[in-house]
Amino acid sequence: MISVQHLYKSFDGRTVLHDINARFDNGKVNLIIGQSGSGKTVFMNNLVGLLTPDSGTIMYDDRDFVSMSKREKILLRREMGMIFQSAALFDSMSVLDNVMFPLNMFSDKPYDDRRRRAEDCLARVNLSGTGGKFPKELSGGMQKRVAIARAIALEPRYLFCDEPNSGLDPKTSIVIDELIQGITHEDHITTIVNTHDMNSVMGIGENIIFICEGRAEWQGPNTEIMDADNQRLDDFIFASDILRQVKLAHDEARRG
Amino acid sequence: MLTPRSALIDLGRYVELMGRVLTRPDRWRMFYRQYVTEMFQLGYNSIGIVLIISFFIGAVICLQIKLNIQSPWMPRMVVGYTTREIMLLEFSSSIMCLILAGKVGSNIASELGTMRITQQIDALDIMGVNSANYLILPKVAGLITIMPILVTFSVASGVLGAYATSLMGTTTVPELNEGFRYSFNQWFFWCGIIKAIVYAFIITTVSSYKGYTVVGGSVEVGKASTDAVVTSSILVLFADIFLTQILT
Repeated sequence: MISVQHLYKSFDGRTVLHDINARFDNGKVNLIIGQSGSGKTVFMNNLVGLLTPDSGTIMYDDRDFVSMSKREKILLRREMGMIFQSAALFDSMSVLDNVMFPLNMFSDKPYDDRRRRAEDCLARVNLSGTGGKFPKELSGGMQKRVAIARAIALEPRYLFCDEPNSGLDPKTSIVIDELIQGITHEDHITTIVNTHDMNSVMGIGENIIFICEGRAEWQGPNTEIMDADNQRLDDFIFASDILRQVKLAHDEARRG
Repeated sequence: MLTPRSALIDLGRYVELMGRVLTRPDRWRMFYRQYVTEMFQLGYNSIGIVLIISFFIGAVICLQIKLNIQSPWMPRMVVGYTTREIMLLEFSSSIMCLILAGKVGSNIASELGTMRITQQIDALDIMGVNSANYLILPKVAGLITIMPILVTFSVASGVLGAYATSLMGTTTVPELNEGFRYSFNQWFFWCGIIKAIVYAFIITTVSSYKGYTVVGGSVEVGKASTDAVVTSSILVLFADIFLTQILT
């Protein structure tokens, strides 16, 4: 579990995150949602340590990440996996070498075991047989799946996904969402997904934090989002005509 | 624009980065793999350009010396002697490193800059890898290792270029032989090697700094690549003054 308390972050005197309080549960897909420029990415970068908050605490299962020494942070980071918006695969390495990279770096197991583990991870994301290819030979969706395989190679306790569906078609996005959800449940890890994809919100949002203008406006599961009494959240979630119609139908059905 | 303040900030960040680079690698087997790759990419792939340029410069120096200082009062072996001294003391170390600053420096800066803007460096950091050490130290060690070989090849190729001028009838092989052997001081060869090692450190670390700290997109990567070449070339020339003073 990751819990955040009274988190503030500012750049050049402009406060981007205001007093964020949030809790990300273990074994659940936790979503951070919000408009572009709302502070989602800054929030996630604070969580993984790419940025340092001005004040507040970030607890990783009772370990305070903010006040840790550099060495302790490095050790904790080895329990994290991250999937970047751009996949961020090492383009000079083959797919198999990409997935093996964290194992080569941190595992003392023999080469055969590391290779087997990497192949298992590729099989888990349905990419068996692509190990010899290079990232540039793969489609965007396949690259994201390789990134997932690399992120889970060291069996992380915390999985971070920064807009994993960005640039993907709806069908591939669903595949990626289902993979992330499946891995989260099977491995019982704490997964945090930064997204503004409404399909993800409705499909895998087991715990959602809505950020608006740098403030955590609402937190709850997707099953409660239809009934949430928050105008800003409604404006964001039901911005499209189709979803507005769904919301109207839902409200009418509720009124009976 | 370069101001004293921005230069000091850059220097501070460079020193800070070097503090992260010059540490024990997280995993030696990964370091060795990268080290061999970098020796191949930065060194082996530069052998061709070094040989070609050194050959022609050796030939041109020989021709220029012959044309400009030819006199009945001057011994004929002076052409070979002067060509050897120029190749050993300046060309094969300093000028060749200036050329490599262009080739290797832009290569390093654009590679690291692209890795930065495509979040590959962030990915390494989040894995808990010391990205500066993993990416930069093998480049520094690789070029430093291969540089003495490049210098030796450059000297040899320059001498061959000088011999080639004898085919044009400018000089004769016996005259060149006499000049090449005249008053040979082995220390001058080692001076070239020492200078080249220092330049290799300057080129790799400055170019890595420029690439590693890129912020922005492809335009900034291009700018970092240019800055890497310009800054490392200036620093190589600057270092040349001090090294020449100290070593000779």
